[in-house]
Amino acid sequence: MTEATLERGLNAFKEQVDAPVAAFFSSCISCGMCAEACLFYTETGDPKYTPIRKLEPLRRVWEQEYTLVGKLKMALGLVEPVTDELLQEWQELLYDSCTMCARCSMVCPVGNDIAYMVRKAREGMVASGNSPDDVKAAAERAVRIGSPMGLRYKALAAQIRHIEADSGLTIPMDVEGADYMPLLSSMEVINFPEYIESLARIFKQAGISWTLCSDAFEATNTGIQIGSSDIARELVQRIVDGAEKLKVKYVIAPECGHAYTSIRWDGPNLIDRPFPFKVLHILELLDELRASGRIKTENLSNERMTFHDPCSIARKGGVIESPRKLMEMVNSNFVEMKDHGKLNWCCGGGGGVSANTDAEELRLKVFKRKKDQIEETGATRLVTACANCRLVIEEGLEQYSVELPLEGLTELVAQHLVEDK
Amino acid sequence: MTESMDFLLWTRGTAFDVAVTIFVIGIIIRLFEIISLGREESLAEPKGTEFLPGLKTVLSRSFPDGGTFKRQPLTIIAGYVFHVGLLISLLLFIPHIELFSQTFGFGWPGLPNPIVDAAAVLGIVGLLAALWNRLTNPVMRMLSDKEDYLVWILTFLPMLTGYLAYHRMINPYPLAMGLHILSIELLLVLFPFTKLMHAFTLFLARWYNGAMSGHRGVES
Repeated sequence: MTEATLERGLNAFKEQVDAPVAAFFSSCISCGMCAEACLFYTETGDPKYTPIRKLEPLRRVWEQEYTLVGKLKMALGLVEPVTDELLQEWQELLYDSCTMCARCSMVCPVGNDIAYMVRKAREGMVASGNSPDDVKAAAERAVRIGSPMGLRYKALAAQIRHIEADSGLTIPMDVEGADYMPLLSSMEVINFPEYIESLARIFKQAGISWTLCSDAFEATNTGIQIGSSDIARELVQRIVDGAEKLKVKYVIAPECGHAYTSIRWDGPNLIDRPFPFKVLHILELLDELRASGRIKTENLSNERMTFHDPCSIARKGGVIESPRKLMEMVNSNFVEMKDHGKLNWCCGGGGGVSANTDAEELRLKVFKRKKDQIEETGATRLVTACANCRLVIEEGLEQYSVELPLEGLTELVAQHLVEDK
Repeated sequence: MTESMDFLLWTRGTAFDVAVTIFVIGIIIRLFEIISLGREESLAEPKGTEFLPGLKTVLSRSFPDGGTFKRQPLTIIAGYVFHVGLLISLLLFIPHIELFSQTFGFGWPGLPNPIVDAAAVLGIVGLLAALWNRLTNPVMRMLSDKEDYLVWILTFLPMLTGYLAYHRMINPYPLAMGLHILSIELLLVLFPFTKLMHAFTLFLARWYNGAMSGHRGVES
């Protein structure tokens, strides 16, 4: 990678300014409502975490480079420039205390999409060398090894052998011409291999042709989290190459929030062409299989369960109804959290925060918002659809000594499938 | 009396023309500055349309969600009271409408003076409450810079001078009117180059937000 300098950072900020960014900054009247939407503010009460304030470096670049008044002020020496010191100070605000959950973007009265701008501002932070070391290291592993957690194909192959031996199911690998190519997150491979078994079980009942791809199984994209389009592009390209090689019709994003954002929404723009295949989130596919009657469930549980909407999937991805329909297939005592769907509260670990040890203490502190929200429902089991949310919530609940079992929705559906006769 | 009359005539003549010209050209420049930056069209297969969801968000962001309202009622109530009071006194005060129809040849019905008077008081109270909030709410105080206070003054002066002029609280009357008009001219001249621009750009901002969400199949 090219060396990071302040100058490169400033250029990167400049490149990120577009009409929406200019309209957003022009419209902000410092009302502070975004703070009320952000768990990093509500749980700490510290106004420095106000979402729009996190964008001060990008705002200055916009004002100084793209407005007449800013240029005039600059000529008169009346502006505060963006300096290394400012960016160093802002690293905490742009990374440790923002998951890009976009709840603020839903609440801003003038309509500012703040998360959209945080994603952009991170490009300038990377280019100027002000991103967290842990996330940088994860991105480096993703590029070099193929997974942010350093997981190689061999490890996946070993997991698959275990699953096949234990379950008697087949996990197809590198089958050319299959219809569906599911992606995985390293976290699922390492922590929740049940997910892979569940896919095999569900797809078998639905009778669909599918395959994993040995060159392109990792769905997560650290480039999106850290804010480097170059890295993000390379990681998306691997998936596209794999899918094109196997000539699949659908690529299926796993139970992981940002992976869906990166392949579904950012992917084609990163590689600058539309995909020759469709991208679905696993919950969208399961909901389609449900609607067409290809999967059937039985023995509905009447345990009181609630569902945590992963921000990237719900608020930023529009997959809101599908998980509710799927919950109905497996549970008869489902209860919603007070703010759910597009206004759900983040687990506090998205956008690279869970991979960033600088942020750990703060993350556990602000998790209280999610904990309270879950407890309010009185549910005895929490279901979600993102391996990262799941780990972050498990860790958070442990921190607050709350005992509550967690489950992935795909696994839950697999557990309730009508047994093949 | 003649001096104040001369002052009034100047504010209604040259000063007014200059202010309106700067206002109009300024707004055009600012909107051009923003829109000309453009936006890359997404190559991702859309889950929904952009145009109508964008318009929907233009409307829907006028109403806060319940949770946010509960957390920050003063910001929202002061904001509403001030904006509604301002718009009623600006657009539905009969002398304002007459001035407009003399210039452009058409008008609209106004409200009886006592109602507009009450609206103006509400507007002023709302604006004072907003200032109080800005000075005492830790988030707003941290976010606010000189410009936030400047635009507050620029907005407050026309409302105050209008109220004083209407109630004949400044003498002679031409001086009161002249001050009212001058304060509006100050507002007009600085409008395009300050946060007052949000009155125009919020439509763009809300539309972009709604359109980008609409593309992803999310109602924003």
